[in-house]
Amino acid sequence: MTGGNTGMRPVLIFALIGTVFMFGAPYVLQLFTIINLTTAIALAVLALSLALVWGFGGILCFGQVAFFGLGAYAYTMGAINFGGSTWAILVAILVSSAFAAILGYFVFFGRVSDVYLGVITLTVTLIFFSLIRRTSGPEFKIGIAQIGGFNGVTSPPLNLPWDTSSFLFPEQVFYVAMAALILCYVFCGWLMNTHFGRVCVGIRENELRAELLGYDSRLYKLGIFTISAGIAAIGGVLFCNGVGRITPDVFNLYNAALTIIWVIVGGRGTLIGPIAATFGLFYLTSALGGQSTLNNNLVLGVILIFFVLLVPKGVAPTITDWVARRRRPRKASRRARRTMRRDEGSNA
Amino acid sequence: MKPARDKRPVIVETQNLAMHFGGVRAVDQVDFTLFDKELRCLIGPNGAGKSTFFKCLTGQLVPSAGKVIIRDGETTGFEPHEIASLGVGIKTQVPNVFDGLTVDENIWLSARRWHAAKRARAVVAETIERLQLGDIRREMVGRLAHGQRQWVELGMVVAAEPWLVLLDEPAAGMTHDETARTADLIKEINTQAALIVVEHDMQFIRMISKQVTVFHEGRVLMEDTMDAISKDKRAREVYLGNRA
Repeated sequence: MTGGNTGMRPVLIFALIGTVFMFGAPYVLQLFTIINLTTAIALAVLALSLALVWGFGGILCFGQVAFFGLGAYAYTMGAINFGGSTWAILVAILVSSAFAAILGYFVFFGRVSDVYLGVITLTVTLIFFSLIRRTSGPEFKIGIAQIGGFNGVTSPPLNLPWDTSSFLFPEQVFYVAMAALILCYVFCGWLMNTHFGRVCVGIRENELRAELLGYDSRLYKLGIFTISAGIAAIGGVLFCNGVGRITPDVFNLYNAALTIIWVIVGGRGTLIGPIAATFGLFYLTSALGGQSTLNNNLVLGVILIFFVLLVPKGVAPTITDWVARRRRPRKASRRARRTMRRDEGSNA
Repeated sequence: MKPARDKRPVIVETQNLAMHFGGVRAVDQVDFTLFDKELRCLIGPNGAGKSTFFKCLTGQLVPSAGKVIIRDGETTGFEPHEIASLGVGIKTQVPNVFDGLTVDENIWLSARRWHAAKRARAVVAETIERLQLGDIRREMVGRLAHGQRQWVELGMVVAAEPWLVLLDEPAAGMTHDETARTADLIKEINTQAALIVVEHDMQFIRMISKQVTVFHEGRVLMEDTMDAISKDKRAREVYLGNRA
């Protein structure tokens, strides 16, 4: 894994490109594509949250979809009960983060090692899957909202802040989703440049050394785990808005593994890589869904194996390395030429 | 013991310290005292319990019995970060550095623990100057040679400006030149802080040592100057053999 303190410039450049795309896309693309894109953006926020906790925090959370799904359910339940989406969004973020904080407390302060952390988070996700599938009856409800069992529940659309009568149209939801993705991305980029973020990267590199410098690694891990769960919840809110409903399938093994694949393909230690990989793989699977010659999962599996074996760092770090390798010799030779010229000048 | 030394405050003390692994008594009934601004070397053959004793001081191991007291508080069973937060600088036997980060970032993480952002940057610059790491400051630590990695770790210890420094085999794997520089650095650190140095290399101990504690089979065999120890019969038998 590479990375560390890279400065804010690349983050802001990508944020700018994202903003141009956000305002340009609705003029170019059809409404159907825009609606589809909103779902992809929601998943990209999920990938971003895993890129943060795994790529920078070094914590392999196999159940990032648990926080994503929990956010989506909390939003839906909240929005039905409150009759509006404004507070529901906050509730979604809070529920997810609070759950992560409690789970993380036991895991990190119990000094559970990396592999078991992956197992525990995956198990928690699958528990949610089974649990919510069994809530079909009318007796399972939160306030006035039915949980809906394996059929799931229809999510109320977003409305303007504190104006419950004006719902957002799909095109407007796209703007909201894209803006949320860009803000989350800039926030993560900023966070990784703060003292907190740099210590987290240090802990990823060598936990004992960080402790010997006087940092309580458990607190930092708990912090980044909780923050990433909050970001995953934002993704969940966008997701159930893009799709229009939320079902327990969000918690299944397939989705849990898919999130990991996005980050592996995009590259750990970068934020933009997993986001780009999510869009790429989302459109690949959509395209594959239109034909029946090749099995979708087979293709995904082949891609995963290809990356693990041949591009183990992932797309973004491989490109960065390649660019750095090409630039360095040229820079060096330029410097050499400059020195030569100066020497000639002094001779004359 | 010379009475003049006793007037200085005791800053590290262990009482009846023991660390047992199953039936093995790696450290057994060790009473140890270190005075302020003292430089103490711990020596002993392999398996004498030096490193285990060291790990009990740094919080990497929780002793089976006995007490560790640093300054005025008991620190038995403290986590490593709690020991470090007292202002103790620690270097482990195997270099523990942040391999995927630059030399700069490694030292910054140490300095920033104690200083605000602006002062931390100044401390990093001073430390890099002092340890002559300027040429490699933007290199990834993982790509450096073993001796350089040791120096980066020493840089992290120095940047925290500790009042007590614990070093486990700081000169291991260093060239002769690097070893001499390390000895100088340790003497320099000693003007500000007390040190405990676990070491194998006799040459190196002669360069730095004043008072030496000899470990043997988990216990303190004797405590004296290096000259006295090399003349002592028991010490020669257990450790020095024909080498001294």
